[in-house]
Amino acid sequence: MAPIELLLFAFLIAVALLVARLRDLLAAALLLGIFSLLCAGLFVLNDAVDVAFTEAAVGAGVSTILLLGTLSLTRREEKSQPTRWAPLVVVFVTGGALALGILDMPAYGDPTAPIHQHLAPDYIAGTAAEFGIPNVVTAILTSYRGFDTLGETAVIVTAAIGILALLASGRRWKGGAP
Amino acid sequence: MALLELGQYGFVIVLLMIGLYVLIARDNLVKKMMGLGIFQAAIILLYISMAKVRGGTAPILIEGGGDVVYSNPLPHVLMLTAIVVAVATTGLGLAIIVRIFESYGTIEESELRELDRSSDKADRGAR
Repeated sequence: MAPIELLLFAFLIAVALLVARLRDLLAAALLLGIFSLLCAGLFVLNDAVDVAFTEAAVGAGVSTILLLGTLSLTRREEKSQPTRWAPLVVVFVTGGALALGILDMPAYGDPTAPIHQHLAPDYIAGTAAEFGIPNVVTAILTSYRGFDTLGETAVIVTAAIGILALLASGRRWKGGAP
Repeated sequence: MALLELGQYGFVIVLLMIGLYVLIARDNLVKKMMGLGIFQAAIILLYISMAKVRGGTAPILIEGGGDVVYSNPLPHVLMLTAIVVAVATTGLGLAIIVRIFESYGTIEESELRELDRSSDKADRGAR
């Protein structure tokens, strides 16, 4: 693991801990934007350039705007609460189970790992032959797995309808109350 | 040595644990959504780490590059979808929080539970 990755992960964990600790929700929302941008940096280091710019635009941009909008409609301060120990136990048990699972995974960056053996070589070879465009991710997203993208669009439309219905009914409730 | 090779996954687990703790332990509903966001980012990082091939480059074809090694593009595509869906779920969750605030005047879970309990009692008293 390169030093730059270590640095980014250290920052990520520090920012995540700050988000967990801070009671000022506005500061936490802005820190979450920084968190997304750091994630985007790690994606670039892991060769996932398309994911990186999506995360930078959608994660750091749209998510932050949504959070800020919610905070302007609700409250900025979080009430203080005592530290709870039962969730901490649950979290550490989950983390331990995950760590056990991770030990059986192929080494990081191993080219002989099963994940690299089946579909990916076909997709990379097919992109040049069948589409003639250089970006493999685009070819998979729009063609090989076009139905996935269609399903994703359906999810977004459903969410948008849900949000509109929720917020519109709220306005009616406010204005129409006797 | 094996542990060092798995280092990236280890960091992902730490992030997952922080996100999960915020999600289940904090009272504030907006804070819970932030925990969910950290959790989702950690999952996406896990998948992107799995796609990395040592010595590989981004999966954008280089003309005339015969023996260039590309990282696995498939997890990238799946995580692109995951990021967009994550934003959709976050938006819906935040809309529900705004509605809860309009109806109850608070977004702290313990206060919401108190309000529900006292209104139940009032209902029983009226009957």
